[in-house]
Amino acid sequence: MRLRRSMLFLPGANAAMLSTAFVFKPDTIMFDLEDAVSLREKDAARMLVFHALQMPVYGDMETAVRINPLSTPFGLKDLEAVVRAGVDVVRLPKTDTADDVRALEAEVERIERDCGREVGSTKLMAAIESASGVVNAVAIATSSKRLVGIALAGFDYVMDMQTERGDGSELFYARCAVLHAARFAKIDAFDVVFSDVNDDAGFLKEVDLIRRLGFNGKSLINPRQIDLLHNAFAPTQEEVDYSRRVVAAAEQGEKQGLGVVSLNGKMIDAPVIEHARVVLRRAEASGVRQ
Amino acid sequence: MKIVREALAGTLESSDLMVRITPRDGELAIVLQSEVMHQFGARIEAVARECLAKLGITEALVVIEDKGALDCVVAARVQTAVSRAVDEWTADWSALS
Repeated sequence: MRLRRSMLFLPGANAAMLSTAFVFKPDTIMFDLEDAVSLREKDAARMLVFHALQMPVYGDMETAVRINPLSTPFGLKDLEAVVRAGVDVVRLPKTDTADDVRALEAEVERIERDCGREVGSTKLMAAIESASGVVNAVAIATSSKRLVGIALAGFDYVMDMQTERGDGSELFYARCAVLHAARFAKIDAFDVVFSDVNDDAGFLKEVDLIRRLGFNGKSLINPRQIDLLHNAFAPTQEEVDYSRRVVAAAEQGEKQGLGVVSLNGKMIDAPVIEHARVVLRRAEASGVRQ
Repeated sequence: MKIVREALAGTLESSDLMVRITPRDGELAIVLQSEVMHQFGARIEAVARECLAKLGITEALVVIEDKGALDCVVAARVQTAVSRAVDEWTADWSALS
């Protein structure tokens, strides 16, 4: 199981940030070729990201690139560069329908064949940024075996809904729709950027909300937010202790050939055991919540 | 590939470099300024020359002002400058790696 709690966005044209971002150790480094790059620097950013992806510095971190939409003059060029450079995940912005993902998948497969990369090795992520995308979330989430997750992008979404960012109530339906679609498709779900990097309390309040809703993680625009997020997603000592007991009881039951296992008089079924394993994996990755 | 116009790529921010490429007949000249000239000057020039050779650039004046860029940034900026200075650019990604 790969943890995708933190997805750090980096402007693709910024050489300094691209050169050093790996030291912050987000779960996913997201090189941005879309909104963070001016029209006149699209070519330069694409070239920088092509080379940055090939730096041997990422270790367990996942590399991802937000390409420009395929409907623009830049999207396909971005895709040619990043698939050949070995990116782990391509993030498609402004995904309104399942056909958007299928069109991307067809191009990715063509490029993989063309450059000799294993077909299917490039994973995809779809960003949902409109009412259309939210309404079609289930179809989008189930449109490709390459999809590892879907992400809600707040700014464009609230514009499309003719409202603005506020206390989070404006995102309530979209968050739930995206999350349910992801869970139905058994892929990850990612929440919006929290743009006020100086408001740690507000950030943590939002993180607490999306963690309790069930999101896997969140898009970030500042490295300072990574540790805050990882700590908030880390399980408590009490949760870790209980999860250890659950896993131990499950393993004991398996050895004894028992179909159903109980702990302290309560039945432990497969979802409880799986959740306990997720908790322990999170604890292994980021320790116990401080 | 032939350099037919002057072109710029990069910035003068830390960890970046500015590359200016202009047409020149009969020679490939590289003028390099770097904040880390003593330690990495030869390496930066070697990376630039390798990129230019892979793209078949044999005639040009290339002026580089380096601000401590990594090799991959040097390569990206040189290649971008070339792509902007030639008549028709089609990326051959295998030659750019």
